[in-house]
Amino acid sequence: MNNLLWLIPALPLAGFFLLALAGKRMPLIWVAIIGAGSVSLSAIVMFIIGINFLLLPPTSGHYALTLWTWMDVAGFTPKITLYLDALSLVFVFVITFIGALIHIYSIAFMATDKDYSRFFACMNLFVFSMLLLVLADNLLLLYLGWEGVGLCSYLLIGFWYENPNNGYAARKAFIITRIGDTAMAIGLFVIFYQFGTLLIPEILAKAPALWQSGASIATITALLLLAGGLGKSAQMPLQTWLPDAMAGPSPVSALIHAATMVTAGVYLIARMHVIFQLSPMAQLIVAIIGAATLFIAGFSALTQYDIKRVLAYSTISQIGYMFLALGLGAWTAAIFHFMIHAFFKALLFLAAGAVIEALDHEHNMFKMGGLKNKLPVVFWTFLIGAASLAALPLISAGFYSKDQILWYAWAGQNGTPLLWFIAILGAFITAAYTARMVILTFFGEAKTAVGHIPDKLMTIPLIILAFFSLCAGFIELPHNFGKLTLFSDFLHQVLPETILKSAASGELLFQLLASLATFAGIYTAYILWRKEPERIQKFKQSDFMMRLYSFWHDGWGFDKLYNTLFVRPIIFIANINKNDVIDRIYQGITFVTVGIYKSLSLMQSGSLRWYIMGLVIGAIIILGLQIML
Amino acid sequence: MNPSVSIEMILLLAGLLFVLGIVGVIIRKNIIFMLLSIEIMLNAAGLAFVAAGSHWGQPDGQIMFIFILAMAAAEVSIGLALILQTYHQHKSLDIDTLKEMKG
Repeated sequence: MNNLLWLIPALPLAGFFLLALAGKRMPLIWVAIIGAGSVSLSAIVMFIIGINFLLLPPTSGHYALTLWTWMDVAGFTPKITLYLDALSLVFVFVITFIGALIHIYSIAFMATDKDYSRFFACMNLFVFSMLLLVLADNLLLLYLGWEGVGLCSYLLIGFWYENPNNGYAARKAFIITRIGDTAMAIGLFVIFYQFGTLLIPEILAKAPALWQSGASIATITALLLLAGGLGKSAQMPLQTWLPDAMAGPSPVSALIHAATMVTAGVYLIARMHVIFQLSPMAQLIVAIIGAATLFIAGFSALTQYDIKRVLAYSTISQIGYMFLALGLGAWTAAIFHFMIHAFFKALLFLAAGAVIEALDHEHNMFKMGGLKNKLPVVFWTFLIGAASLAALPLISAGFYSKDQILWYAWAGQNGTPLLWFIAILGAFITAAYTARMVILTFFGEAKTAVGHIPDKLMTIPLIILAFFSLCAGFIELPHNFGKLTLFSDFLHQVLPETILKSAASGELLFQLLASLATFAGIYTAYILWRKEPERIQKFKQSDFMMRLYSFWHDGWGFDKLYNTLFVRPIIFIANINKNDVIDRIYQGITFVTVGIYKSLSLMQSGSLRWYIMGLVIGAIIILGLQIML
Repeated sequence: MNPSVSIEMILLLAGLLFVLGIVGVIIRKNIIFMLLSIEIMLNAAGLAFVAAGSHWGQPDGQIMFIFILAMAAAEVSIGLALILQTYHQHKSLDIDTLKEMKG
């Protein structure tokens, strides 16, 4: 079984090469079969290996498959080794399974696009890079996958490159994540300098002996790695790229900018958890960033009118929950929320994509409405996804994962009432904007005519994802009812257990409070956007409310801040230095050469007597020199 | 031959003739006169060779003079042909009218 591991990343890579080299000349049906088939096969291989892993757990807790030695430089020999343990199995499961569903959905969704094969080639390359990221056993290979997904993200955000705005969004995403990646690369240098190796298991084993708890070097390393995670996972202060990344096709938003790539930061921190555990300060920073991000992104989501931007901000906000959980030391809760979030957010994006396509590329929710009866499958699946996002108690998977984080925010060892309060406020806002999105899109009167009904290839993945958005939560039930801990037990092979405060009690009360927050959020949205819309009109008359609205709508002014602080000064300096200062040196060399050439060419006067004079004078000088010396 | 004529005197005469030739080439505008001046320079050089050959009692100087004679004959024949052509083209023997041929 172990030997099949290489097939999981190799199949999408083969698909990428086939499509990139010959995709233009293939019939569309072949492109679809290769593009979706490679990822689906990879998902099947993953299932075989995963079931084997669960039934016959390896004694060492992981499968490792060394393919070849990457390079061999002065004793530094990173190998291409695939390393599958409980944590990477969860990620590989999400990437290949959801990836396969999204690829199948894309067959129909992208059917009319003229760059069909380019789309599937980039998607396959993305799946390969992401698998490499989570299966790497050393940080260098992980970094290769890390940059690979960044590249694919860039290529796919700018997929419709004819519109310059899309290219701008792609560059923005690339540059901002690059800031984080640079910090992460420096972090890798620090790790290599300290440990002399980049092998993850070796680093994790050596770190507690090498560094004391709270050592400043541990904090620095953890913060550098965190910066990489912040860029990729669109957390404060590097979150501004994700809403613009919605310029790409909806399946791209579903796969890359919701389900998988943006959670790479979560994976990195969970993978390097020992280093973060050694630095309580870095962990606190992770928690604070997570809480702040989920809070501000929630308010921004509440004010968007583009359905995909609502989902983008909600993604930022939900990843904020995961970071909060990581910062609290609730490692398994973060990964659990990651998995559930991947299901319902992929579902929401795909359903939103179906709505947008049905309404002929209408993104504005205020121009939608009344789609409940016209697109019943999309409506019900979207509703299930929304319920999971809003954490509707008991029936939705999102409740179980989010409740865990809320509980640890209060009762976990690092939990504080403030973090808990922000998290529960975030839950309230989440419910509010989710309900607002559902109400505006599917209820009320129809404002745009439905162009065409989504294909079966599109609805079947929606139904499968909806099933998981409802039922995936049942593998991990809270302590006070059911107390089922299949998922966290599985992950405890890799990640440490979450330590509770000794005095923590009253879990039921907090569950009730969380449920209350959800229902209050839904009710608020119901009042404001369905029952009494005149309240909104009243808000619109207040100057303060309108200012607050546009402030939230623009993502709390981060874009403006960065524009003034970084973009404009750089453009200003670039304009001044249009004629490169260094270039002056080389211009000087050409200037002198041209001058010499011009003065020498004056001697070619064409006057024979001058030439003879020259000869004579030269002869006299040489003779004179001979006589004198 | 009067042996009282010393080698210095002959070389001085040769040098004088050579300078005369150079000055002629430089100051004259007429191509034919320039050719004449070149002939004078050639003969000055030939005189110096012959004088040196007789001074050391070697035949080399006279052999060199025969070479110079042959070369001068060739030079005059080509030079005169060129001058004829130039005159046909420009209706003038002024060397300065040929400035327009500069590359």
